[in-house]
Amino acid sequence: MCPAENSAAAPADGPTDAPVSRDSGTTPAPAAGAPGWPLWEVFVRSNRGLSHVHAGSLHAPDATMALRNARDLYTRRNEGVSIWVVPSDAIAASDPDAKGSFFESPQGKDYRHATYYTKSEGVKHL
Amino acid sequence: MPELMGDDAGQAYFDAVIARDSRVEPTDWMPPEYRHALIRQMSQHAHSEIIGMQPEANWITRAPSLKRKAILMAKVQDEAGHGLYLYSATETLGITRDAMMAQLLAGKARYSSIFNYPAVTWADMGAIGWMVDGAAITNQVPLCRASYGPYARAMVRICKEESFHQRQGFEILLELSHGTPAQKAMAQDAVNRWYGPSLMMFGPPDADSPNSSQSMAWNIKRFGNDELRSRFVGMLVEQARVLELELPDPDVRLNPETGKWEHGPLDWAEFKDVLAGRGPCNAQRMERRRAAHDGGAWVREAAAAYAAKQAARAGKEAA
Amino acid sequence: MTTPQKHRNPTPFAQGDSAASATRITPGNALRPEDIALAAAEGTAHPAPEVAEYALRLGDDALVLAQRLGQWISRGPELEEDVALGNIGLDQLGHARSFLSYAGAAWGKTEDDLAYFRRESEFRSAHLFEQPNGDFAATMARQFIAASWQYPLYRELSSSSDPMLAAIAAKAVKEVDYHLDHSTQWLLRLAGGTDESRRRMAAGLDLMWPFVGELFEDDPLTAQLGDAAVVPSSLKAEFDRTTGAVLAEAGLAVPAHPMATGGGRRGRHSEHLGYLLAEMQVLAREFPGASW
Repeated sequence: MCPAENSAAAPADGPTDAPVSRDSGTTPAPAAGAPGWPLWEVFVRSNRGLSHVHAGSLHAPDATMALRNARDLYTRRNEGVSIWVVPSDAIAASDPDAKGSFFESPQGKDYRHATYYTKSEGVKHL
Repeated sequence: MPELMGDDAGQAYFDAVIARDSRVEPTDWMPPEYRHALIRQMSQHAHSEIIGMQPEANWITRAPSLKRKAILMAKVQDEAGHGLYLYSATETLGITRDAMMAQLLAGKARYSSIFNYPAVTWADMGAIGWMVDGAAITNQVPLCRASYGPYARAMVRICKEESFHQRQGFEILLELSHGTPAQKAMAQDAVNRWYGPSLMMFGPPDADSPNSSQSMAWNIKRFGNDELRSRFVGMLVEQARVLELELPDPDVRLNPETGKWEHGPLDWAEFKDVLAGRGPCNAQRMERRRAAHDGGAWVREAAAAYAAKQAARAGKEAA
Repeated sequence: MTTPQKHRNPTPFAQGDSAASATRITPGNALRPEDIALAAAEGTAHPAPEVAEYALRLGDDALVLAQRLGQWISRGPELEEDVALGNIGLDQLGHARSFLSYAGAAWGKTEDDLAYFRRESEFRSAHLFEQPNGDFAATMARQFIAASWQYPLYRELSSSSDPMLAAIAAKAVKEVDYHLDHSTQWLLRLAGGTDESRRRMAAGLDLMWPFVGELFEDDPLTAQLGDAAVVPSSLKAEFDRTTGAVLAEAGLAVPAHPMATGGGRRGRHSEHLGYLLAEMQVLAREFPGASW
């Protein structure tokens, strides 16, 4: 039903949806509710031979139930053959401030890619 | 970028992300109004899924065939799942699900008004699937491109799963329409009752919808209420023909000049009434949710207590 | 018996890990109630009359339980649990449809003829499944007993001499395995959680335990079926071991109530079934012969 983004938006981007543990300056500090079950991030392997991919999150009292809830919630349509659950607060993420510098180094290092080597173009099996 | 570099730099980075139609992610700096608007819209969306389970759950035990019973159970279950995806996505904005649930139960958060209408016949299962889910999908497909990443990703999953919801509703009406005269009358009656409310699901006309333009500027909403409503009416007209059912609106027409579908006047006074809590089922829907939430408190507490005991035991053994 | 229609899953290996996705969905590949109904309509599935009677029992158990679980949806103690109970209910409903479609083939009836147009005394469900949901602990007690019985039953039935019963059971046993795990997890948590949850879990077990006995009663039909069916009493020792181990871990005693007189297999039911059927059948009976 969402032809525009079916493949592009497949959540292959890891646990970036984990809630901000540190209150960013603009968070309106919502009224806290009663402490409920902790939040877990769910990773699903869709088939043998493939990686586990972040599917979403859920609440569960412990790891045992988190796995079962993940099975019930995220594999109702044969999405998976294996599941990982990770407590959301156990995920360490790269610093959002560092988007510029942390990931700058690989930019411009074309020689890491096959396309850099143009003289061998047209040579078979290379 | 730099949430710690001060609001000006943050704002500039945010504006650039929006301008190139990229995605905002949870750890990015974002204007407080953007965060507020998302929390409001996404939690309202999640609440709608959860409250929206009720009119259909009302018919699971009476579904007239075992096949329909299975389909309806799977559909209502999907709605619980969709509520969960959306609550999770909203939690990335720094609000807990418990807090959102508390807002709902305190009457401080809204859900889609359509669910304050009663589902009184089996044909309502058809009309809800065809028209209410149809309107919801029309709304949701563009949300798969919403600027907030977690929201867009949740919508992709939801849209994939919902593709069967509208079709099963259409099929229910098709069976009724081609059934006995009494079944056909039941189908027509349901279409008559759900037509207006489903059109009003897109929200007030753009001129009366103050949040709409800001939401579009932020790439949360992609199209105006009237544009989506017009598209939806156009789809209904064609599909009603296949169903051999009438839309209860003599003014529906394709405007040859604009190329847009137009509809007759909608009862916005009723819309406001239902929104203000004076719909047929507002109190009933809230009561059911409260009963489930409060009635389940001892279960949630028990599981949390058990987890704490197990963790303490594991800690002791490790020590 | 026809070969179930195959759904071919696309193989993602050729695409390497770039095919990894958490939203790739498929209908899967399993024996469906529709396949059995088709086989019945084509005349390729024809159970012996006593096999049909037996399938009716198992189908009615599952149908009544599915109806009970359907009552939970939108009322669960947490949204995740709404989804879980929905899955279990859908599994049971699937088993019911398979067994009833197969049973109906003996009498020229469909699953819906059997579900919606039989009288209460013509149902063959055991009393356990008819018990009202009560609170979440009572429901979990009922689920725990039901799954502790259905799991070994379907496991044994999957080598039935009747190929269709064997096929239905082979599909069902994997699903019921999870039901047993789910109810076991909850039994442990409720028993070991708070004082209130422990009290409620014990009360739920007390409420449901009297209906254990009926499940293991042999009768002339099960004796007559030989290798096609599972002799109910043969499952009792394993049931006692499974449930005993979980209750011991939970620190709860096996309820010592006397067993209730059953009779469900002969059409003698609890007071509850009539209401359940009235609700389930009301619409179908208002429009007899209608298509939905």
